[in-house]
Amino acid sequence: MKFTNQSKAGLLFALPWLIGFSVFLLYPLLRAFYNSFTEYTVLTPAVWIGTENYHALMKDKVFWQSLGNTFYYAIFAVPLSTIVAIGLALLLNTKVKGQAFYRTFFFLPALVPAVPMAILWLWLFNGEKGIVNYGIQVLNDHNWLFQVPKPNWLGDKTVAKNVLVIMSTWTVGHAMVIYLAGLQQVPLALYEAADLDGASPIRKTFKITLPMLSPVIMFNVIMSIITSFQIFTQPYIMFPGGAPERSTYFYSMYIYDAAFRDNNMGYASAMGWIMFLIIFILTFFARKYMDKKVHYEAN
Amino acid sequence: MAKRTRTLQQQNLVSVGILHIVLALLSIVFLIPLLWMIATSLSTEKVAGSFPPQFIPEPIVWKNYYTAFNYQSEQLGGVPPMLIYARNSLIVCILVVAGAVISNAIVAYSFARLKWPGRDVAFSITLATMMIPFPVLMVPLYAMYKDFGWIGTFRPLWIPAWFAGAFNIFLLRQFFRTIPLELSEAAKIDGCSEWGIFAKVILPLAKPALAVVALFSFMAAWNDFLAPLLYLQSQETFTLALGLQNFKGQAGGSPIHLQMAASTMVVAPVIILFFFTQRQFIQGIATSGLKG
Repeated sequence: MKFTNQSKAGLLFALPWLIGFSVFLLYPLLRAFYNSFTEYTVLTPAVWIGTENYHALMKDKVFWQSLGNTFYYAIFAVPLSTIVAIGLALLLNTKVKGQAFYRTFFFLPALVPAVPMAILWLWLFNGEKGIVNYGIQVLNDHNWLFQVPKPNWLGDKTVAKNVLVIMSTWTVGHAMVIYLAGLQQVPLALYEAADLDGASPIRKTFKITLPMLSPVIMFNVIMSIITSFQIFTQPYIMFPGGAPERSTYFYSMYIYDAAFRDNNMGYASAMGWIMFLIIFILTFFARKYMDKKVHYEAN
Repeated sequence: MAKRTRTLQQQNLVSVGILHIVLALLSIVFLIPLLWMIATSLSTEKVAGSFPPQFIPEPIVWKNYYTAFNYQSEQLGGVPPMLIYARNSLIVCILVVAGAVISNAIVAYSFARLKWPGRDVAFSITLATMMIPFPVLMVPLYAMYKDFGWIGTFRPLWIPAWFAGAFNIFLLRQFFRTIPLELSEAAKIDGCSEWGIFAKVILPLAKPALAVVALFSFMAAWNDFLAPLLYLQSQETFTLALGLQNFKGQAGGSPIHLQMAASTMVVAPVIILFFFTQRQFIQGIATSGLKG
């Protein structure tokens, strides 16, 4: 192939990324793959042990537990935060007066960095003095419809994970802004046509708005699957060691502990690669499924 | 006909009213945690621990911020730890922002405006790298940085930023593609080199997009916890995120009103930055998510 001046310049301009990609992504990814077949600490060189790490993982209860917790989190957090984000965007898209203020209010929580967020949520969901349980108590004192239980949010192993799911619905600002921008791109002519047919607002939402928004939804859902599988900082700070009873012990926390607490780098690498494959497969199928759906509804 | 219009208007008024009530209630739900953080940060220890909670603390204790700022100064030889953490975070953030803006602009220019063999495949691979979870890279990166002698320094936190990244390349590429090609061609006829076109024609036009990259990389560096946790070792090198965790955890936990004061100090700069740059911010997010 003959290199024109432009292709020389092009490669030269792309060089920082070609280096960055090779050194900080591709090399570590392949190195992790190799390491996953070795017994390896940072202090001693890697010793080839074949697929032993993977066999050991299959029998490791903590591995399955952390994987289960992570799936639980993703299965609830991804759809719930998507619904909340789209709901808020639809409300804001009605062009009410003060839209910019409401948008700012809904967006602010998404700006809170993970560490102060975790510390704040420990305080909000404190079982005795937390403001959340106080709110529930006030509702109960007024005999409002029915009595709501006051869970020990942080100490009850059946509830603790849900605190993180609720947190994911509080920080939907980015997605909301993207959906709002997507909504503003839906051609008005479609609504005018529907108005002529006398369609109700709900019908318009489900038959026009959401189908038109579906490519944006697809992109966001995929990104949110990828990030929710990596959840680390909030549970690491809120629930040391995945307390109570490892119910909040997530996959990334186990990788971190295996590598840097137990100094079992080969084992951690095997786990890392399994995570990579899971994300890869989920993304692949999410794309495939949603591509079909997006296409189908748009027609 | 006139009568019908009026009832329609009335209906409209009612539904707009309901909409405002719903939006206002939701605003309260979204804001209460932050307001409660501030309220607790201004309480005495006794008021902070009282139940039922006091929404407007009495008395209001501004001194908590002073106390939290100077908390356990003796550990770092009398210098307030928060000051050291803030300095460290700023150093890292400035280096990250500079590196991200420069490198991503150069690389995105190549992907957006130059033709080279394999470019489109390379771009698809670039986008696909967003799927690689950081935990899988954690161990080899740690070993690599150890070989480089970077552990315990800021280098693992900022040097990678100088080699571009998928998200920012994508964002800037979107923007560069909207600049008319005629501008580049005219500059070429005037004898500009590729670098000249990039530096003199494209960059000045791309300022809003570069501001977005600067903002996002600043936020990412300011918020990052896992990388500092991995690579920083002594307290003098901690960033705010890591320092705040340290603040919370020591000796069975620091008092809650001081935790909230320290947290507010870490959150406030981000929110202030947001208020000054709101438009770029919102537009940047919208472009990053729309043409995926």
